[in-house]
Amino acid sequence: MSTRGVSAPAHEVDRPFPPIGYLATAALGLVVVGGILLASYAPRVAPLGFATGLLIVAAILLVTAGVLLARLKDFAWGTFSTVFKWALLAYVITSGMIEFAFVHDHTRGSSLVIVTFMLVIFALSVPTIIAFTTARYADPR
Amino acid sequence: MSEETVVDVAAPHFTPFDRPKIQVVPLRGLPIVGLAVIFVALSIGFNWQWGLVFNHVVGGGLWTGIDLFVGLVIGPILGRLSIPARAEFSARFMPKMVIIMPTVVMMTLATGFQVARAQGNLLASSPNHVWLIVSFCVVGVMATVALGILEPANIAVLYEMNKPIPNGQLIHQLMQRFVYTSGILGIMQVATLIIMTRLGSR
Repeated sequence: MSTRGVSAPAHEVDRPFPPIGYLATAALGLVVVGGILLASYAPRVAPLGFATGLLIVAAILLVTAGVLLARLKDFAWGTFSTVFKWALLAYVITSGMIEFAFVHDHTRGSSLVIVTFMLVIFALSVPTIIAFTTARYADPR
Repeated sequence: MSEETVVDVAAPHFTPFDRPKIQVVPLRGLPIVGLAVIFVALSIGFNWQWGLVFNHVVGGGLWTGIDLFVGLVIGPILGRLSIPARAEFSARFMPKMVIIMPTVVMMTLATGFQVARAQGNLLASSPNHVWLIVSFCVVGVMATVALGILEPANIAVLYEMNKPIPNGQLIHQLMQRFVYTSGILGIMQVATLIIMTRLGSR
């Protein structure tokens, strides 16, 4: 136990950031919509064109978020990587469980490929959002 | 374009208080999470009907109940507390939510799809099909709000409170996000209750 003050210097939290959190959240939202689309057609095959379109846009948004993230200077990379690793572990398990359920339900071929890539984006976007939100307020030193 | 920035100009200053280091992920809870994951995987893998229904009903009941209670009871109370009181409460409350919520959500969703398939509700000819799609949409919105806004704010608050000198204004802003989004989730859970009781009574 220790006694501590509760107000931080302004320089730690007053800097603007690129819209990394928004882009990753939008990617997450698109794969959630894609997942609902595929699930709502099960056990029939969903129209894969629209689902593929959602997947491609989500991938572009997430890659853009990654590029913007990689270009950040004076960023708390230590905090980011610690949070990212733990969150990634949690969401890889969750995604693995969903993938297992789809495989168990005999989803095959193109549908399974799209589901798998959507789950990859899901498993990467959530840790990115959590880790970025945490690290943006952390001390970069 | 830049995301919202938080300026410390009006940061509330409050009396320093004794507080222990916060464990963001309570490691003692991880074996229980592991057991839940194994139970769900076995239930799906062996088409174990009781296991599927148990995980879906227990997980869903807890998820809905916790969201309603936090969103509509705890959240408004939290919003009216002083920042030190919120910080004290959150330091004990949020690490538990970090473990509990993803677990009950995983239990509910992974097995819910299997239950729907087994009961024929996934078939387009089923009278429950439309209700099922509506429930997918409600869950989709809740998942995006919870994973994209609420959970990151939750973790960021815990990290901020572990700093030697936490920023009161930042904690306040992140807690506001938590209070509003948990309120939205609570209201959406009312829709879930209507849909699920409708499905169960047909």
